[in-house]
Amino acid sequence: MNSPFERADFDLIASWVQPGERVLDLGCGDGSLLRRLIDERGAKGYGLELEDAEILAAIANGINVIQGNLEQGLAGFADQTFNHVVLSRTLQTVRHTERILGEMLRVGREAVVSFPNFAYWKNRMAVMAGRMPVSEDLPYEWFDTPNLRFFTILDFESLCQKMGLVIRERQVLDDAGRAVTEEQNFLGSLAVYRLGR
Amino acid sequence: MSGVGTVSAQIAHFSEPLHLKGGGVLPAYDLVYETYGTLNAAKSNAILVCHALSGHHHLAGHSADESGNPTANVGWWDNIVGPGRPLDTDRFFIVGLNNLGGCHGSTGPASIDPATGKPWGADFPVVTVEDWVDAQARLADRFGIDAWAATMGGSLGGMQAMQWTLSYPERVRHALVIAATPKLSAENIAFNDVARQAILTDPDFHGGHFYEHGVRPLRGLRLARMLGHITYLSDDQMAEKFGRRIKSGAGSYGFDVEFEIESYLRYQGDKFAGIFDANTYLRMTKALDYFDPALDYGDDLARALARARAGFLVIGFSTDWRFSPERSRDIVHALVHNGQDVAHAEIESVHGHDSFLMDDPHYHAVVNAYLKRIKL
Repeated sequence: MNSPFERADFDLIASWVQPGERVLDLGCGDGSLLRRLIDERGAKGYGLELEDAEILAAIANGINVIQGNLEQGLAGFADQTFNHVVLSRTLQTVRHTERILGEMLRVGREAVVSFPNFAYWKNRMAVMAGRMPVSEDLPYEWFDTPNLRFFTILDFESLCQKMGLVIRERQVLDDAGRAVTEEQNFLGSLAVYRLGR
Repeated sequence: MSGVGTVSAQIAHFSEPLHLKGGGVLPAYDLVYETYGTLNAAKSNAILVCHALSGHHHLAGHSADESGNPTANVGWWDNIVGPGRPLDTDRFFIVGLNNLGGCHGSTGPASIDPATGKPWGADFPVVTVEDWVDAQARLADRFGIDAWAATMGGSLGGMQAMQWTLSYPERVRHALVIAATPKLSAENIAFNDVARQAILTDPDFHGGHFYEHGVRPLRGLRLARMLGHITYLSDDQMAEKFGRRIKSGAGSYGFDVEFEIESYLRYQGDKFAGIFDANTYLRMTKALDYFDPALDYGDDLARALARARAGFLVIGFSTDWRFSPERSRDIVHALVHNGQDVAHAEIESVHGHDSFLMDDPHYHAVVNAYLKRIKL
């Protein structure tokens, strides 16, 4: 999941982080994003990760990684510890959606969230053809997907409104990682948000 | 894979008095230690491994036992130290020592008090984790080591590894704090006190001066170890290893050894009482109880740890109920709060508190990955 194409959202996230800022990456995997934010942006990075193999890889990668389950919230992290709390391509796998969004904005000043847009036209085509979509941003079959929640850009923004979250910036990418500026809920495969209170 | 081979201990004598946290002074003392690997020219590759309650200087390799068999004693953490092992002796210079107050060759309650010509016994001062670290710093001076590449330990050893970053922030680059806690809980202290009471109320204890009576408080020490041992294991592990199995046939409706767990604990108790010193046991448990670096900082662990300059690796174990994985998280969160460098792993293991001594591939891989990052 670390090819330049697949991690087009990393470019955006990197551009939002200023030198010296503290970043918490939830579900940080082997720490690729944090490594980049540390090396290129001079950030102070921490990662939360559940899987043993990823913990090992992140430690080898020189990352400040903490083993834990984000479904259990971020208890232990003090309020407003981080400048940015990142949840990259993971929100759709989280059961307690509202709680994690609330926790991100408790421990951080800004939440950075990316997720696959289920309303992307290719996904709509797949469903029209009678099959669940499999794509660059939804790369699983229905029977092995870790994704629990399928939602669209419009769905997400309606949740933000309900929760009183402020959308500071929205960037939408197609499945080649190119910026989409028009008809985003139709032409966009991946959405990346900066949220605040 | 073979380890470090046959090793022998050395003794360093210190004649400069050591002022202790509890107010006492040790006029002079010996520390017994072993080393593995080679100290490099820059003296930048040294790792100090601190021992837990019943540990000592003999970490790795084989050494002679009392009967003279040259390879009978295998080091207590041999599975992690050696060429190609996580504490790689091809790369690092590893130091293990026996702490002050111990009973494996360093000055302790059974040593002769020069003021009286008799064993110190009860008069040997209560030593703390801070005192041990001060004594270890003098051993580092003896080697010419300005800063450890890492300090490391499990349980009480992990507390020393942590204390190093606070007592000598400039002299430790990394701390590996494993199966430890920033302070004991009331329950932890309660278990320790029952163990102490077992020793203190043994008629053979003689107020700590049993040496001159030619006896040892074996019954108390045995009970203390049996109790302690229960807290080192997990319920699941005991169920799996012993269950409710009875040693021979049916129950006898008496009080002899019946269940296998009873047999196991009594064996462990007897073995330990045969080699360990009761006064040392009392002092080790007190050092545990007193350890609380946040005490002087309004119980704020983050403030207490703020002066550390080291990077940390903090490891907890899923079934450790003595120092539970949440206590490791307390340390991690305090460091994160301060913006300090810390990596953390919570290892799935059935072995309870003793997990830190086990040869678990993932656990050892985590230690290895972290140590590999250290630039020499």
